[in-house]
Amino acid sequence: MNSTTNLVEDILSERPGIDRRAFMKVVTMAAAAVGLSSAAAAKVVEAAARKVKPSVVWLHFQECTGCTESLLRTSAPDLGELILDLVSLDYHETLFAAAGYQAEAALKQTMEANVGKFILVVEGAIPTKDGGIYCKIAGKTAVDMLTEVADKAGAIIAIGSCASWGGIPSADPNPTGATGVPMILKGKTVVTLPGCPANPYIFLGTALQYATLGTLPALDELGRPLHAYARTIHEDCPRRAHFDAGRFAQQYGDEGHRQGYCLYKIGCKGPQTHASCSILKFGEVDAWPIGIGHPCFGCTEQKIGFRVPLHQTAEIQHATPPDTYPPIHADQKPSITPWATGLAGVVGGALLGAGYMASTKLDTDAPPDERKEE
Amino acid sequence: MAVDRRTALKVLAGVGAAASAAAVATPVEARERKVAPPRAMGMLYDTTRCIGCKTCVVACKRANERATEPGPFADKIYDAPLDLDANTKNVIKLYKEGNYESFVKAQCMHCIDPACAAACMLHSLHKNETTGVVEYDSTLCVGCRYCQVACPFGVPKFEFANSAPRIVKCELCRHRVKDAATVVNGFTRYPKGQGPACCEVCPREAVIYGTRDELLAEAKRRIAADPGRYYQDHIYGETEVGGTQVLYLSHVPFAKIGLPDYGTKAGPDTALSVQDGIYYKLPFVAPVALYAALAVVGFRNRRAAGQEEGER
Amino acid sequence: MSEHALVHRPVGGKLLTPGFVALVALGIAGGLVMLYRFVFGLGAVSNLNNGYPWGIWIAIDVVIGTALGCGGYAVGILVYILNRGKYHPLVRPAILTSLLGYGFAGLGVVIDLGRFWEIWKVPVYFWHWSHSPQLEVALCVMTYVAVLAVELSPALLEKMQTSASSGYRRVADVGLRFMDRALVWIVALGLLLPTMHQSSLGTMMLLPGPRVHPLWFTPWLPFLFLVNCIVIGYAIVVIEATFSSLAFHRERHTAMIGSLSKVALWVTLFWIAFRLIDVAIRGTLPFVTGARGVAFVLELLLPATAVGILLSERRRANPAWQIRAAILLLGGGALFRIDSYLVSYMPGANFSYFPSVSEIVLTLGMIALELAFYIAAVRFFPILSGAPAPASTRS
Repeated sequence: MNSTTNLVEDILSERPGIDRRAFMKVVTMAAAAVGLSSAAAAKVVEAAARKVKPSVVWLHFQECTGCTESLLRTSAPDLGELILDLVSLDYHETLFAAAGYQAEAALKQTMEANVGKFILVVEGAIPTKDGGIYCKIAGKTAVDMLTEVADKAGAIIAIGSCASWGGIPSADPNPTGATGVPMILKGKTVVTLPGCPANPYIFLGTALQYATLGTLPALDELGRPLHAYARTIHEDCPRRAHFDAGRFAQQYGDEGHRQGYCLYKIGCKGPQTHASCSILKFGEVDAWPIGIGHPCFGCTEQKIGFRVPLHQTAEIQHATPPDTYPPIHADQKPSITPWATGLAGVVGGALLGAGYMASTKLDTDAPPDERKEE
Repeated sequence: MAVDRRTALKVLAGVGAAASAAAVATPVEARERKVAPPRAMGMLYDTTRCIGCKTCVVACKRANERATEPGPFADKIYDAPLDLDANTKNVIKLYKEGNYESFVKAQCMHCIDPACAAACMLHSLHKNETTGVVEYDSTLCVGCRYCQVACPFGVPKFEFANSAPRIVKCELCRHRVKDAATVVNGFTRYPKGQGPACCEVCPREAVIYGTRDELLAEAKRRIAADPGRYYQDHIYGETEVGGTQVLYLSHVPFAKIGLPDYGTKAGPDTALSVQDGIYYKLPFVAPVALYAALAVVGFRNRRAAGQEEGER
Repeated sequence: MSEHALVHRPVGGKLLTPGFVALVALGIAGGLVMLYRFVFGLGAVSNLNNGYPWGIWIAIDVVIGTALGCGGYAVGILVYILNRGKYHPLVRPAILTSLLGYGFAGLGVVIDLGRFWEIWKVPVYFWHWSHSPQLEVALCVMTYVAVLAVELSPALLEKMQTSASSGYRRVADVGLRFMDRALVWIVALGLLLPTMHQSSLGTMMLLPGPRVHPLWFTPWLPFLFLVNCIVIGYAIVVIEATFSSLAFHRERHTAMIGSLSKVALWVTLFWIAFRLIDVAIRGTLPFVTGARGVAFVLELLLPATAVGILLSERRRANPAWQIRAAILLLGGGALFRIDSYLVSYMPGANFSYFPSVSEIVLTLGMIALELAFYIAAVRFFPILSGAPAPASTRS
């Protein structure tokens, strides 16, 4: 560990703007975000300090560059710079100084130098309609470019909802036939990090884990790192106590809203949305929708974000008890319809009447002498 | 013909008397009292420890993969069962009267001599011979719901809303048990994740899992450690309805938390002493004897009629 | 035996009378409910709930339904054991009623069973034998339906004897000869089985123990059920004989029914006395309060009224009073069964049960179909005996 410390000191001495504490914090958080054990995290820290920089090729397709922005412009000063220091960003259309043929040459060179080793990060959806003509870079369609680069990549990360399954560009009526990376690269392992934007720590952790340990985090069936996406927002929501007690904001700005009550009834998709926002937030402050009084939008869920109306209430996937209790003998009487009582009465009456009528008929039927006796 | 009638009456009277004698005699003769198997598993619930967090309700639902019940809430955002029901094998209820209040956990009591199993035609509900757990096997269940009628605690529930329904009741998470328990320093330890889910998640050990003997000892220890803390220093289920494997300690009267004083007689005692008295004490002697008697009378009558006809 | 000379004849006549069509229509309505129940489950059609898992489909369709089928049993005891051959004309229609009663009770059970498709396992896996009184009832009832069918087979065989095909006639001859020889064994079985399962129907309601009201919780419940089924049996035979002679314009058996009513009178008197003494001895008389107390009093008052009617020899000879008494006996007997299975059951004040419209419709449909089957059977098969009534007494 001593050597690690020295290495950290070394790297930090080169960058006077960042202190050691901030560095350790960022790398540890990133490692924790993808669920690495503390031992493995230490290894990642060591590797990061030793400047084992993963080579990264970053492709942009149909997107807003929000994921890149969230990575670079977090609240912690120089965090973006740190990130850039931890990875070797060999091709990035937004951040590249080079342009035109020079940029394309750099891409080619990186791919050839790091065949099967570099990390391909895709940001943005891929249009497939009309031969994919709606997004072209250097004369190549997004589909062609993606398949070409992906063939040589060691790991593929789809960052953001657009790259994961189509995101906003794929919202109805989806004019360009936008879709996600896993749909184009069928059969390949694609780590998807949905979110609008995706959480930078989860990205950093995944990238560093691959670069240092050569492994990818455990993924669910949608390619999302289990550690970050296994639980719903609802499960760890800071407003959860209000939900359990049945205290809801009914509309924006009402008493409940101002008291910080649960946002479920104004459309919070937390109960259906698998993401770690309720714990990681976006940056390092509570600047995330539920934190600022807005219902969760469900951006990480293909079936919810950009699909389900903003203020429609969500399905509860695992309903849990409220903090009310049933009494010892709870009333469970079914409602009795007047029709049933009426019918029962009519039937009973009809049977009695019929019996009586029949017996009187028999009476009159009786021989005359018998009737006289009556 | 007159002779025959007299004979017939005599035989009938004899059989009738024997049958009624058996029927009268049997309820007096108590059935053999059943005892729990030595490794009978059970739970001990203590109202003074329960904080009503309902973690056990949630854990039970997940462990048994049951759907949620919205209960009185119109929107299905809560799992709020009013009572045990077709989706709820375990529920926490609240007793509140003036200053007295207590939580109580309701689930199958796992009687030592269960009425539901006595009711069940093909032993679809039956007692496990080793663990004493009252288990359900749907392949032998015809859905007659006699178990529901028979259970004094109203525990078995039926999926009325389902066209291929089953009986739903706590089976002490027997589907989770895989490895044998070990004994460490005189305490039985159970492999993690293999006991009843409710006991495993309880944050205050308000409900614990173990053999019935261990739980009884623990309950007695708690009573001895703090006399007067528990209602009448009594363990509900030690003797009630012939003994149960789920035991209760309470600081409020048991009748108030849905555990009425049913006496110490086992649930199926009366019914089975009548039934066994007629049919099994002398195995099937009574019906066979009655059949023979009926046939003899029938033949006598027939022969007499034949003679009469011949004479005619 | 004089009954050997007895001749049964089909009634004949038009089948599709308006009354018959109405019965079939009711039956179809019940059938629709049944279909709906099989597709969507019990909860969708009934008010059954986890507090009252048994409703009128058990209490009426099955428990009372089998009691209605006890006419054959009650008359059988008289004819074959007590050797009162004079009642023989009542036997065959009574057995038909029994077969219908038990057959429809069986159908009622299948409709009520949540997992009816497993029912075949009951006779097959009987070696799992539990001491459940219900298993005894189930097996006995299944066997008894078969026994009743065999007992009634002469009606079919006699019909076959009049067939044009010689093959049918030969089969019929063999069958009738077999029936003649085996009759005693079959009849004895037909008397043993109801004794067993009718009493077990009582034992069944002993099992809920503390959840049965003390007025009905007695170890003598099986015996009470047994005597009760004989009372209902006599009542139903009287009703059936009277109405079929009325409906099909047959000669009336007024005198025979009069003396049968006398038997019913003594059995009922015994039942009332036994019930009262039992309640008194067990010290449960103080429980005669509230709605359940009313039900208890009614269940005694109805047969007591019938006893009052039948005590007079003059009224016993009058068909009008015969039928009134029989209806009262039937009502009282049926009420006792509803009381023991529904009214006396106390799952807690937080539960309640009242049948839903569909439950009532299905029950009505089953009874209507029973009647329709009866009418069709007596029209086509030799069930009823005796000659058509003289035209002068027809109304």
